[in-house]
Amino acid sequence: MAERSATHGRNVSREFLEERAKFVRLETVRLTKIAGAGHYSSTFSAAELLACLYYGQLRINPAQPDWADRDRFVLSKGHIAIGLYPILADLGYFDPKLLDDYTRLGSPFGDHPDMKKIPGCDFSSGSLGHGLSVCLGMALAARPQKRDFRVYCMLGDGELNEGQVWEAAMAAGHFGVQNLVAIVDANRLQIDGATADIMGVEPIHERFAAFGWDVQRIDGHDIDAVLGAFDTLPSGTTGRPQMIVADTIKGRGVQMMELSLNWHVGNLVGRDYDAVIEEIKAGLKPVAATEVRP
Amino acid sequence: MSNEEGAALSGLFTGISDLKESRSVKGTPASRLPAFVLGEELGDMADRDPRVIVMTADLASANRTTEFRDRHPERFFDFGIAEKNMITAASGMASAGMVPYAATFAAFCAILCTEQIRTDCAYTNLPVRVLGHHSGMSMGFYGTSHHALEDIAMMRTIAGLTVVCTTDANHLRAVLRSSLDHPGAMYIRMGRGRDPEVYAEVPDITIGRAIRLREGSDLTIIATGAQVHAALEAANTLVEDGIQTRVVDMHTIKPLDEAEIRAAAAETGAILTVEEHNIIGGLGSAVAEVLVECERVPFRRHGMPDEFALIGPPAGLYAHYRLDAPGVTAVARELLGRG
Ligand SMILES: Cc1ncc(C[n+]2csc(CCOP(=O)(O)OP(=O)(O)O)c2C)c(N)n1
Repeated sequence: MAERSATHGRNVSREFLEERAKFVRLETVRLTKIAGAGHYSSTFSAAELLACLYYGQLRINPAQPDWADRDRFVLSKGHIAIGLYPILADLGYFDPKLLDDYTRLGSPFGDHPDMKKIPGCDFSSGSLGHGLSVCLGMALAARPQKRDFRVYCMLGDGELNEGQVWEAAMAAGHFGVQNLVAIVDANRLQIDGATADIMGVEPIHERFAAFGWDVQRIDGHDIDAVLGAFDTLPSGTTGRPQMIVADTIKGRGVQMMELSLNWHVGNLVGRDYDAVIEEIKAGLKPVAATEVRP
Repeated sequence: MSNEEGAALSGLFTGISDLKESRSVKGTPASRLPAFVLGEELGDMADRDPRVIVMTADLASANRTTEFRDRHPERFFDFGIAEKNMITAASGMASAGMVPYAATFAAFCAILCTEQIRTDCAYTNLPVRVLGHHSGMSMGFYGTSHHALEDIAMMRTIAGLTVVCTTDANHLRAVLRSSLDHPGAMYIRMGRGRDPEVYAEVPDITIGRAIRLREGSDLTIIATGAQVHAALEAANTLVEDGIQTRVVDMHTIKPLDEAEIRAAAAETGAILTVEEHNIIGGLGSAVAEVLVECERVPFRRHGMPDEFALIGPPAGLYAHYRLDAPGVTAVARELLGRG
């Protein structure tokens, strides 16, 4: 584990963050095997985003999970908790050995995160469409408390189908909540098909801009681009809410899963399992698919 | 838990095509499991009746309405992850002469859209059929966001809403067929879609009339949904203790078959209700409401205690909360003082 100050400076290298994204993918594959089912592709699209957030951006202190001035992170697309747990363990929020019983009877760790059971998890999720409203409330709470923490929310592009997201977007623009940062993992797929085919949400950046947000659109697998987007975030709690639309590839990092509808939930066994582990360890190859595949 | 169990859970989704086709559950082949007949039965109904519409909310691959989509693309609508919009749009469709079947996880229709169901479907008395699948804790380690242990209670307080729980694949077919011309809105509750067979053929059912599956003189187990199978297994075991158990499939929660409950009280003297639902407000409460007005008999509501379920695979959870056959057997023995 690299050196990190308690409040997380940006003293981490791109190589280190690439390594951590790889770690997220490898752990997702390992934990899925324990459960017998898991969300590989939805997690893989967000691996770089999660790594950059937790190792390069969030102001947190794992020794003090309830520190009042910490930045908050809410995983609104809660079905990729499998990618978050290993990071929290790695940062020292809890013993990584606890993950060996992932999803087994009585485990704190289910397919979706439970804030009551998991140190470092700021809010429970699983029902899509709630997270941005949660974050809005957290961000507004900073005002009377005179605190300057930021609140980060990660959403899926399919999740933007939910009406509540737009209620939150409208309210965030209305209240001018500048310490609210939404990140959309725009991986182009939901369960039943391409997001464009099931319920179109583009142009995401223009829609949020129309609701009063500052919007950036970046390549969510490019670590420099992600850190660059974080660098331009304004400080202060009043102004405009901040949106980062991250263009990603569902399943990125395992070629047979890239933009494939077949891997929203799955379970790798036998030789497939070993091959995928090797592929991830070798690092990102050029993107295998440009079109959505059945 | 074994990998098998988790794989079976994901087998309802895409990604494990071989499993989907091949896995049987307790002797019931995959082709006779509810998950595999929903799309087919709705498709058959649509062949015969031009009013049938199917809607889902980005879960066609989980509930396999994909089969309907392929057969009747012009009468299939995927609303994306926007359940409230789907349910209210269904009421609009119904007001324009269609009979829409709107299917998604029970947590995301009955629980997420309660107000839309009440105000737009029930209050209007329109023939909307809300299909809540993966009810109870059948989503296992997905956790409370994906569990529906409160839906019966929420749905049965809505005036005019018919509430039916499906027992297995053949029963699901029967419920769907009788729903076509049923007056008013309906909530149809389904399990995980991998519920073992209770009915060897499509039963002749009447909505609002319970089905007595087994005779007995010492105890009646009134069960609903997938717990009917567990109740029948428990009844067989209880014979070894000399306990003769009547088993009633109370598939319709509302309107409730009160006569069958009174008969159970009068003729068998003790009643155990079994459901995959919080013991507050569900089948057990509904039966208790009838019993306090007629006869006092030894009675016990068995279901989910008033708490959020642990994380765990479905089979582990059923064992833990004693909702499998051995668990139901043990609770029945306790009720009769043979524990
Ligand atoms: C309210 C609600 N409806 C449905 C679901 C089931 N569900 C889980 S993930 C998912 C698709 C999510 O798509 P997207 O937001 O694009 O994220 P991705 O998995 O593609 O990364 C759905 C429909 C849910 N969790 N919550």
